Amino acid sequence: MSIQKVQNNKAWFMVLPVLILVAISAIIPLMTVVNYSVQDTFGNNEFFWVGTEWFQEILSSERFHNALLRTLLFSGLILAIEIPLGILIALAMPKRGWGVSVCLVLMALPLLIPWNVVGTIWQVFGRVDIGLLGHGLASLGIDYNYTQNNLDAWLTLILMDVWHWTSLVVLLCYSGLVSIPEVYYQAARIDGASRWAVFRFIQLPKIKRVLLIAVLLRFMDSFMIYTEPFVVTGGGPGNITTFLSIDLVQMAVGQFDLGPAAAMSLIYFLIILLVCWIFYTVMTSYDNDEQTNGPGPQ
Amino acid sequence: MASIQLQSLAHRYPSAPDYALNSMQQSWSDGGAYALLGPSGCGKTTLLNIISGLLRPSEGRVLFDDIDVTDLTTEQRNIAQVFQFPVVYDTMTVADNLAFPLRNRGIAKNEIEKRVADVLQMLDLQERANDRARSLTADDKQKISLGRGLVRTDVQAILFDEPLTVIDPHLKWQLRTELKKIHQRFQHTMIYVTHDQTEALTFADQVIVMYEGAVVQIGTPQQLFETPEHTFVGKFIGSPGMNVLPCEVDGSEAVFAGKKFPLNIAVDDPTARFELGIRPEHIKLSSSEGLPLTVTALEDVGRHIIVRGEIAGAALCALVEDGVAIPENPCVSFDSARINLYADDYRVASGRGDQTI
Repeated sequence: MSIQKVQNNKAWFMVLPVLILVAISAIIPLMTVVNYSVQDTFGNNEFFWVGTEWFQEILSSERFHNALLRTLLFSGLILAIEIPLGILIALAMPKRGWGVSVCLVLMALPLLIPWNVVGTIWQVFGRVDIGLLGHGLASLGIDYNYTQNNLDAWLTLILMDVWHWTSLVVLLCYSGLVSIPEVYYQAARIDGASRWAVFRFIQLPKIKRVLLIAVLLRFMDSFMIYTEPFVVTGGGPGNITTFLSIDLVQMAVGQFDLGPAAAMSLIYFLIILLVCWIFYTVMTSYDNDEQTNGPGPQ
Repeated sequence: MASIQLQSLAHRYPSAPDYALNSMQQSWSDGGAYALLGPSGCGKTTLLNIISGLLRPSEGRVLFDDIDVTDLTTEQRNIAQVFQFPVVYDTMTVADNLAFPLRNRGIAKNEIEKRVADVLQMLDLQERANDRARSLTADDKQKISLGRGLVRTDVQAILFDEPLTVIDPHLKWQLRTELKKIHQRFQHTMIYVTHDQTEALTFADQVIVMYEGAVVQIGTPQQLFETPEHTFVGKFIGSPGMNVLPCEVDGSEAVFAGKKFPLNIAVDDPTARFELGIRPEHIKLSSSEGLPLTVTALEDVGRHIIVRGEIAGAALCALVEDGVAIPENPCVSFDSARINLYADDYRVASGRGDQTI
């Protein structure tokens, strides 16, 4: 005896509004970019098919390579500093008492400031003539000038990003840490575990999932950073802080090279997807390993 | 392994107005199996955490083998503790979990391997030795928690904080038997906290009953059943618990609902509130003898039937063997030797004679 399963496709109508919204906000603009990336135009709304020419041009251009390397280096440094620093601060934060709210508010403050305001703050902060940081360093006899010195420009941008975004890592890690039941720490004391062993075998495994979110968010954000360096250094001195995003805007809006800019956008997008996928796969490999080897968590 | 002494021990949490533990004086012998039994919130876990050093008592001293350990940390006391919810180190394998407390104490590698192999065999976990600990079931995880205590051959005592709460009923019995075996083999001092009387009575040689932050009785399961020192013990131990009936005392006789019950000693205390304790097992039901019972409910629990009723406004229950007929207007009579008399909840006298009244 076979039973005919009744199918009701009315549910698709329910998701239609979402599909339309996503189409307008994401799919249609993306398709426009795809459209530009394979055509050339000389104005008058006339377009000529060029195939993968723009992609080849971008992928072989030194300008793109350099911007990509700078961006990767920037993201790498940001992750290398903000993730360990965030974990350390989260570990040092109080777990109960009045100090908790004070710390949380202090941590949340930088996150509430708009990007361009952060840029402006640091642009002024670092100025040698009037800025607290720049003038302070100058009066200490340190030769600091982020508008002229390459290293100073990088240091300023990294310091700014660390100041702006470490809080996010801290808050995520802190939420993971406070959710660890007290009994784990008690068991560790009974087993005579050292502070490092407690971190390595209890705290780190328990915050791994929020840490993955922190790494992905900080990677994507720092890899796409635009406003703050644009306000502080404008990509200079020279091209030394011209990240992919700044380069892309120069190409698309400054030079109005829509075709190459569209091709570059797509490559940029794919790189972010690829790196996020790598992070995700590596950081969750242990969980997957478990599912294939053991019967899985009970 | 050690004997444990608690001297004038009491504890009050900093923010709480009342004592979580009232002052107590205890001496528990080396190698004994003790159960701390009591309802939730009676201070069992507080007491256990004080012994293990996770909590410092606000008053009194804790002594292991006559050495004061009150100010020592958990690590220094060398205690093993198994918690209510299994605690395993997720990222480690089963064998690494067991080796962890030994590695932390800097024990030689070949010694660690030997002891881990021993414990794996003892807990029947050899086949899972190289699996990640978190892939195990709750009862296997709880075995690992216990195993981390057993690998340390020199522990002063092993403490259990309701360790079978999350274990399936049919495995509870099995784990309890294993615990008992381990105790017989190694003679560790074991202290087992539970609110389940079956667990306490089957595991321990001596059961310590706690109520509202105080130890109300210490005794063998038989003593707790036959001569409960406190009305709480009578009600808490046994299923259903002891009947506690308000009564009056006239010299060496207790008077309940007009009936007189002889006592082993004369009691004289004009201010005390007297109660008569009698277990449902020691009440006889008949059609004419004794006090008439107004039956309110019958509960069939399989092997016997619980008859619930009232006499002179006091609730009472009796047990009737399955298959024995219950009279239409039943009367109850008590086994006079099994009666206990309580003054302000504490036992002051017991029944006398060999008759049913």
